[in-house]
Amino acid sequence: MTAPVTAASLGLLGCHVCGQLSRGAAHSHDACCPRCGAPLHSRKPDSIARTWALLIAAMILYIPANLLPMMYTSSLFGSQADTIMSGVVYFWTSGSWYLALIIFFASILVPLLKMAVLLFLLVSVQMRSHWQPVQRARLYRLVEVIGRWSMLDVYVVAMIVSLVQLKALATILPGPGAMAFGAVVVLTIFAAMAFDPRLIWDPLEEERG
Amino acid sequence: MAGSQLIACHECDLMQREVPLPRGGVAFCGRCGAELYRSHPDSFERTLAFTVAAIFLFAIANAFPIVGVKLQGQVIQTTLFDTVRTLYSEDMKSVAVLVFVTAMLMPAIKLFALTYLYLPLRLGRAAPHFALVFRMLRAVHPWSMVEVFLLGILVSVIKLENLASVVPGIALWSFGALMLLMAALAAVFDPRGLWTRMEATR
Repeated sequence: MTAPVTAASLGLLGCHVCGQLSRGAAHSHDACCPRCGAPLHSRKPDSIARTWALLIAAMILYIPANLLPMMYTSSLFGSQADTIMSGVVYFWTSGSWYLALIIFFASILVPLLKMAVLLFLLVSVQMRSHWQPVQRARLYRLVEVIGRWSMLDVYVVAMIVSLVQLKALATILPGPGAMAFGAVVVLTIFAAMAFDPRLIWDPLEEERG
Repeated sequence: MAGSQLIACHECDLMQREVPLPRGGVAFCGRCGAELYRSHPDSFERTLAFTVAAIFLFAIANAFPIVGVKLQGQVIQTTLFDTVRTLYSEDMKSVAVLVFVTAMLMPAIKLFALTYLYLPLRLGRAAPHFALVFRMLRAVHPWSMVEVFLLGILVSVIKLENLASVVPGIALWSFGALMLLMAALAAVFDPRGLWTRMEATR
């Protein structure tokens, strides 16, 4: 097999939006795709800095998202504040272990995993690592697919709050945790979009000269 | 020669020669393993058909109540927009906006954009601002979360079962079918084929 050739090394730009290849300077700022008109970049602009910024913001917000209550419930039996984890524990002890697993997976594990993978990818790209690029590319794809499922708890809070309106029986109000959690999900999706997977492969090119 | 066009992998930038695929085949990048393109039988017609069906389901899913809660002879029902409005009035504006955008606005824009691109092409001409709408479609894609929303409904239904009896509404079934159609759409949508067809009209 001959040495791999990238579009960038040939002075070609692949459009991020429609895939069309066109000729252009790698660092020009006003190039547009001749087919769909999207701005052209050889690599996503400031990919590493933007991903860091979004990732750090998501990490900070992950703390209130888990510590602050998602929902306040007040009923005849008293009132309580539910965080994500207390919701998981509630389902686990009340016998709905499959629900506990779904919520634990979507709300706790997926965001953690996503932030850990992005952190790892950022550090490895900045160290110009040559380690297992295929596996790292796979990790990136995994993050893009599973990230959206963290939105689950936001929807659950939304549905429950709007259904339980009978003040006589119980009142359920959304808590500040829901806001923080929603922000974490949105920030991590933006972070994954800002990251350019081509950066994983660039150090391998330079080695070859 | 159409069969030997060069393409760059969108994930690792590797230049590769396009090879003809058997029906239903998928081409992966030789270096990073990302999916490059796929050959779907009747991709164009199927995308249009799924889109039209999805529009009807989406309309039903928004117009009718998703679930109702029965309590002491009283039934409280909620549609998707009621949910957004309640959250908004409970001073959770950011969460309300998030639900509105990901469960209503983005899927609506996605279906609108698909119809706008595909229907005129089916009739043999490209719609004005074709490229702009195409870019909009790609930008909207990660934010349309019908499948996650459906799981959210199901979890909240089970959560409320302990409190009251829950009556599933018409919109719940529509959301279920809509989720399947959105998945089918994602599987048959072929941006390369769309552009080839668009350029053929010029």
